[in-house]
Amino acid sequence: MLDQLIQFLITGITVGAAYALVGLGFAIIYNASDVVNFAQGEFVMIGAMSAISLIDMGIPYGVALAAAVAITVCVGLALEKFAIEQARDATVVSTIIITIGASIFLRGMALIVWGKDIYAMPPFSGEKPIHVGNATMLPQNIWVMAGTAASVLLVRYFFNRTATGKAILACSYNMKAASLVGINVRKMLLISYGLSAGLGALAGILIAPITYITYDSGVMLGLKGFSAAILGGMGNPMGAVAGGMLLGLLECIGAGFISSGYKDAIAFVVILMVLFFRPGGLFGSAQAERV
Amino acid sequence: MRLAGFYLFAALVALLPVVFPDNYYVTVVGVTAFFNIMLAVGLNLLMGYAGQISLGHAAFFGIGAYVSAVTTVRYGWNPWVAMAAGLVLVWLIANLIARPILRLKGHYLAMATLGFGIIIHIVLVQADAFTGGPDGLSGIPGLVLFGWHVDSDLRWYVVAGAVMLLYVWLSLNIIDSREGRALRAVHGSEVAASTLGIDISGTKVRVFVLSALMASLTGSLFAHQQAFVSPDSFSFFFSIELVTMVVLGGLASTFGAVFGAVILTFLPEFLVVFEDFQMLIYGAILMLIMIFLPRGLFVTMADRIGPMFAGYFRQGIRET
Amino acid sequence: MKVLKLFLTVIFILLFNMSPLVPIVHASGIIKIGSFLALTGPASFLGDPELKTLKMYIDQINSQGGVLGKKLELVYYDTAGHAKSAKDIVKRLIQKDRVDVIIGGSTSGTSLAVIDIVQARKIPFISLAGSIKIVQPVKKWVFKTPHTDRMAAAKIFEDMKKRHITRIALITGNGGFDKSGRAQCLDLAPRYGIKIVADESYGNADTDMTTQLTKIRATDAQAILNFGFGKAPAIVAKNVKQLGIRLPLYESHGVASKKFIALAGDAAEGIRLPAAALLVADKLPDSDPQKKVLLGYRNMYEAKYGPVSTFGGHAYDALFITVGAIRRAGCLDKAKIRDEIEKTKGFVGTGGIFNMSPEDHLGLGLDAFKMLEIRNGTWELI
Repeated sequence: MLDQLIQFLITGITVGAAYALVGLGFAIIYNASDVVNFAQGEFVMIGAMSAISLIDMGIPYGVALAAAVAITVCVGLALEKFAIEQARDATVVSTIIITIGASIFLRGMALIVWGKDIYAMPPFSGEKPIHVGNATMLPQNIWVMAGTAASVLLVRYFFNRTATGKAILACSYNMKAASLVGINVRKMLLISYGLSAGLGALAGILIAPITYITYDSGVMLGLKGFSAAILGGMGNPMGAVAGGMLLGLLECIGAGFISSGYKDAIAFVVILMVLFFRPGGLFGSAQAERV
Repeated sequence: MRLAGFYLFAALVALLPVVFPDNYYVTVVGVTAFFNIMLAVGLNLLMGYAGQISLGHAAFFGIGAYVSAVTTVRYGWNPWVAMAAGLVLVWLIANLIARPILRLKGHYLAMATLGFGIIIHIVLVQADAFTGGPDGLSGIPGLVLFGWHVDSDLRWYVVAGAVMLLYVWLSLNIIDSREGRALRAVHGSEVAASTLGIDISGTKVRVFVLSALMASLTGSLFAHQQAFVSPDSFSFFFSIELVTMVVLGGLASTFGAVFGAVILTFLPEFLVVFEDFQMLIYGAILMLIMIFLPRGLFVTMADRIGPMFAGYFRQGIRET
Repeated sequence: MKVLKLFLTVIFILLFNMSPLVPIVHASGIIKIGSFLALTGPASFLGDPELKTLKMYIDQINSQGGVLGKKLELVYYDTAGHAKSAKDIVKRLIQKDRVDVIIGGSTSGTSLAVIDIVQARKIPFISLAGSIKIVQPVKKWVFKTPHTDRMAAAKIFEDMKKRHITRIALITGNGGFDKSGRAQCLDLAPRYGIKIVADESYGNADTDMTTQLTKIRATDAQAILNFGFGKAPAIVAKNVKQLGIRLPLYESHGVASKKFIALAGDAAEGIRLPAAALLVADKLPDSDPQKKVLLGYRNMYEAKYGPVSTFGGHAYDALFITVGAIRRAGCLDKAKIRDEIEKTKGFVGTGGIFNMSPEDHLGLGLDAFKMLEIRNGTWELI
């Protein structure tokens, strides 16, 4: 029983780490621009797909991964520049449709570039299982956990310690005031989209060796990432990380002890319950409505 | 003249099958468009007028459809009884979840409705002993209306068209009623509305339930028209498509919702020629419309062509 | 008001007269084959080789003079695996494109959804999907070429029985193929004296199945049976290896492609699955009547598109059964074509040797399936 539980936890944390990274991307963009970017899942897919293609072309592993992140960052920047920035005055619902449109567009693009094939990515360092008691994990599980932890710490450092990070936070509190004190709001928006896209790509690269990637893999991950961000409390990046981990664990515990067929339903029921009792998410501040 | 736009629209709907009989776009895609209009008009009451986003509207559509399908196929119920049962069930569920869900705002509300939609979809897939699972349920009997069998595409055009026009008429009237004014006030500012003595949460709950019931009835009709239901018609993708219809046409305009539903029903029909490029083009069109016409196609058009539309279709467009 | 009416009239006339794929007038010199396939979405790995096969052989038949002196024309649309789209498309094929026969329905869901329409409109339809429900009970106008999921389950259980396996763990996805296969397994198992001690499920988009497999590991199962297709079975195979589970793993015919072996890598070794003989064509004895057809199809497909899968083969079988029936009917009368399809006897296809009858609209026996084991990255007959 204990071995089973440990195995569920390992799986839950790995799956949750991926959700956390995607959720973190949601939270960063939401913070900077009040936009929920439903194309976040597509960043994950583009990151993984680019990496796999570059590796196939014979480019060294590490270079390929870095280049894949760079490509995805460019896609993120382009999305901000050509779609979000053009629609500055759009309402919340309009921006939702714009980002949904963007996600369909990017998926369409991936379909043309990569076709409908299923792609596999070689793991970072071997496939020899590591034993933890009777439970096992792959080296890649550790990469996912470590990669997520490192990115989360870096993001934290960026927002709390660097001038640019603080400037982005200032934009999220009050855009007008931020621009009055001399912050280039447009540049900060660009940086947040780039950062989110980069985190998405990283998530894709980390999990691609465990699972497989197709042009439409981003849909499910985007959905889970959004759930993670909401569960943690939108606009609280660390909340999104916690939300992601929790979601991953919920799914695995639900599948392990209740029903594997209903595991996603169980996770969503829990999210609904949380929202009913804490309408601002677990770690979100209570919302005040502007009059 | 208040409903001139409505009469013009009704005349168009009535004339189409006369001018183009047995035309695929009229009797097949047209009926699909009618169902989408019904759903979009109902959702628009909730989103456009009460300002409450819902990313799970397909769930109520699905519950209605599946109650009709399961009770008629597995238990041999009369379709009309089944339809009523669907409405009762949806009424119960909507009332149960309306208050806690509608306390949420913005993206939290989006998440909660999305989650609800996904839970219902999972139940439809997993409870295969009842629902037939992902392969769906076939052999749903057709409707009989006073001895008149609704069994051809053309007859379904008449029935679905009539119900659709009823929905549009209802929506136009609700907006102009006392309740409609309360709704719009709630959307403008909840605080201001409550100081005017409007029962905000009551108003929101009523419109949520109404819009759910409209979806459920549409679902029942859909099940009987298709003679077959499967969960993929009620997935969260479809919920999102419904929201897109409402927003694309123009939020808070009944005819905007109608327009958006028609456009999104026909667009894929014309995009099929592009094969692999279909998705790319579809996404690009959505983005472009929302970037350049953020208030929606129909509303912007109505404003541009202003004088001509004034008094006919403008009725029901919220002043902003 | 007048301007408005004019405007709307113009829009609608434009809208309703646009007919993108086919001319409005039905040219009499051609035979129209309508098709609806899952070309995008999770089942696109079925629709894709099916479409390629249909296109390739229709070109070949046309270059050899066509059928009854008429050229074949393929009219096809993408269902993305959605039942609702399939219904609309089939109506479009019948009503707008006025096709003579319909071949298609990559997934069971889309095939089952259109049965009412083809029955009502009386048009011959050959499905390319697996579920036994498509042809049982027999529907007058509906045929199919792929082996059923019930046959796959039976073949697997036969093999298990030989190995004295009596307790198995079942793990399936949440798609139509998976669910239907699961139902057949649960139904058939007792007849082979097999007890299902675990019945787990996963989402087809899931990234990890170790949780379900951990539960299975804790049971006393002697083998694991995974009914699924796409990437999920490859993840299952990898997770089984990762967890160090040493039980025999059985897969369904849903993974009968090189892609599965490429994805699962080492983890695919030792997996057993039932599949059409196409995969092991060159290992068949020369006396096997299917060998020539199989090699012919495989070589032609691989020369043009790359690795062959059994799914495209189902389209090959359906196309040539149709063409044979039209030739025998000698005209394009739908009822006659239907009768001739039903009389198909001894047709050597990629799926096996078809002998249809009024009671059997598939016409394949259990021997059409071969039991294969994956060894050294390829299939071996057992």
